[in-house]
Amino acid sequence: MQRIGVFVCHCGTNIAATVDVKKVAEMALHEPGVVHAEDYAYMCSEAGQELIHKAIKEKHLTGLVVCSCSPRMHETTFRNAAEKAGLNPYMVEIANIREHCSWIHKDIEEATEKAVILMRAAIAKVNLDAPLKPGESHVTKRALVIGGGIAGIQTALDIAEAGYPVDIVEKTPSIGGRMSQLDKTFPTLDCSSCILTPKMGEVNAHPNINIYTYSEVESVSGFVGDFTVEIRRKARSVDMDKCTGCGVCQDKCPSKKTPSEFNRGLGTRSAIYTPFAQAVPNVPVIDRDACIKFKTGKCGICSKVCLAGAIDYDQTDEIVTEKYGAIVVATGFDMIKLDKYDEYAYSQSKDVITSLELERIMNAAGPTGGHLERLSDGKAPKEIVFIQCVGSRCADDRGKSYCSKVCCMYTAKHAMLIRDKYPDVNVTVFYIDVRTPGKNFDEFYRRAVEEYGVNYIKGQVGKVIPQPDGKLLVQGADLLDNKQILKEADMVVLAAAIEPNPDVRKIATMLTASIDTNNFLTEAHAKLRPVESPTAGIFLSGVCQGPKDIPETVSQAGAAAVKAIGLLAKDKLLTNPCTAQSDELLCNGCSQCANVCPYGAITYENKEVNDHGIREIRRLAVVNDALCQGCGACTVTCPSGAMDLQGFSNRQILAEVDAICR
Amino acid sequence: MSIEKNEEFRPKIVAFCCNWCSYAGADLAGSSRMTYSADVKIIRVPCSCRVNPMFILRAFERGADGVIMCGCHPGDCHYTSGNYYARRRMTLLFSMLDYIGVESGRTRVEWVSAAEGAKFSETMHEFVDKITSLGKNVRLEDLRCRNL
Repeated sequence: MQRIGVFVCHCGTNIAATVDVKKVAEMALHEPGVVHAEDYAYMCSEAGQELIHKAIKEKHLTGLVVCSCSPRMHETTFRNAAEKAGLNPYMVEIANIREHCSWIHKDIEEATEKAVILMRAAIAKVNLDAPLKPGESHVTKRALVIGGGIAGIQTALDIAEAGYPVDIVEKTPSIGGRMSQLDKTFPTLDCSSCILTPKMGEVNAHPNINIYTYSEVESVSGFVGDFTVEIRRKARSVDMDKCTGCGVCQDKCPSKKTPSEFNRGLGTRSAIYTPFAQAVPNVPVIDRDACIKFKTGKCGICSKVCLAGAIDYDQTDEIVTEKYGAIVVATGFDMIKLDKYDEYAYSQSKDVITSLELERIMNAAGPTGGHLERLSDGKAPKEIVFIQCVGSRCADDRGKSYCSKVCCMYTAKHAMLIRDKYPDVNVTVFYIDVRTPGKNFDEFYRRAVEEYGVNYIKGQVGKVIPQPDGKLLVQGADLLDNKQILKEADMVVLAAAIEPNPDVRKIATMLTASIDTNNFLTEAHAKLRPVESPTAGIFLSGVCQGPKDIPETVSQAGAAAVKAIGLLAKDKLLTNPCTAQSDELLCNGCSQCANVCPYGAITYENKEVNDHGIREIRRLAVVNDALCQGCGACTVTCPSGAMDLQGFSNRQILAEVDAICR
Repeated sequence: MSIEKNEEFRPKIVAFCCNWCSYAGADLAGSSRMTYSADVKIIRVPCSCRVNPMFILRAFERGADGVIMCGCHPGDCHYTSGNYYARRRMTLLFSMLDYIGVESGRTRVEWVSAAEGAKFSETMHEFVDKITSLGKNVRLEDLRCRNL
């Protein structure tokens, strides 16, 4: 029989306000095996843990039940406290009477009754707990960063600087990401490429960093400290070792009509191309869908003009398999598609553009050479209207419920830059709210209004109607003056919502990382573990976790790097001892458990067993503790009931069921 | 069988929640102060595939009026494929329960992610309402287990 101690936490008033904690502690003493019960204001505090320590020593406790917050919050705390007092840490169970009880119920009697039942279930479980000892696993001292935008670049640099090798996998032909498409950045108006390209160069030159561009993660297996990742290096059709990056192939390529992804489709590129002039690596890629050689078999001009002989039409995709200890996701974002927002005439008029398209137009390397002009007729606009929150903070399912966070600031930036360069152009911004929380952000916005005379109108635009003369009629509301506005504009710029890169769901599935309904990756704890995924060994960097601007992305990228470094610096990791175990006497070697095991942790051995005096050799399932992650799939599949999961055994769960239904 | 008179029916509901998604979703419901009935009691399991059909039968045997199992959304399982196994097992179990006369509304499978506190709370509301409308489970309860 166990000697169990029950500790009921008040959590200040978080629990005590709705649960009669004294009564819960008193009721505990009626339960089998309970020899000690007490309540205290904050069990997780030093003083609270001291109470646990004292009770374990004085009452010779063999098991603990802590009635407190979620085990996801403080299970480790109390396990450590038990261990310090000489008790096996796996002899601790938590009854979650805060998140699952006091916070959701109002009635004290009802909440207290439920808390007692949850406590009983935990006591029933701890009664059947057995001491467990974690094993050890090794750590591969190499990190993978998925995504080569500013988030991935910064994370990779920080990890590499700490002395660990890092691989970056980037889907497009060059690293740089969204930031490389921007012209200027708020609130300093720095030139985006001037601050980004040195970092790209640094990554390229760093001895600890290896970049796989034009590559994608194909599969991920393993677990924290020991991931095995297959990376598909798509056929570039250009030998990276031979290419000198002279660019002649791109000049001479006769197929030049493909819309440029980098310029958001506003300009065209050749079939053999680097996305932009400062691309890293500066090695072009042949777009096989556009290349005449691949389509018709005739052409081959690039191969003829390439003095280095780098063109290789026969190249095929290559799969690289590599081991990593930590994986950082930095897959970034894209703008939402605007097909559900036809009222803004985005598909009807070339002069209705998104902010990212304006960014390319304003850029000297962009499709118009940096001249602000209408894409329909090349004329200089005199009247520009910006529309905010296109798809952000949207109440219906057309758009996103969240605030995209960066639009207010980049619109102020665009407005300011336009007014600065073209003082005769009128700029009007329709907004719901102007959100400027950030260092020097509000000052920046006020400069746009006060110094540059940008006309801000609080209200939404209902419709943009293209006129026969090429102008755009903007119908909106001015909520402050309570009037309807009809405004003729030459150009309309839409601040479309940002959303996580559509590929992230596939990657999250491979990594078994949690993802929310908006496709943002979920952090392990919103406040305390914001750069870690709940899946151990997976870290989050940049907008894949939530909307952010560049400074925030860079800070988070550094934080993710530190967390990854902290993992890589360890020589050994303790493994979860809650693994499956097979009862040799019951196992009949049927292989069903091995079939459902996602980790290949179950093998079969011919072993001698002594079954009630009969000695014989039998084929038996053997679980490899180092590989088993403790999901329990095998335990339910096993037809003879031989498989059980330590820490969540059949008897324990049944005991919990019984306690709840009692 | 005793007939409870003049007493408001409070169903006994057992919810099995996987540690990675649904249990965290229930935590989020709690920290967001989204209420649901105190009749729901949650049991934490590592994965929905840990839920043996036997556990559900045991709950009914011991007088539970409804059992709900929550896991990660299909495709999002922390252990890659556990919820697919769970889904198949539960489909089989539920059809069998239906066959022996346990109303199909007494059991439910729902996918709730760690970010879906609101969904967890709504699901529990709905389920409690459903079980309340179905009334006491009498088909599988082992009366010898009463007041053990």
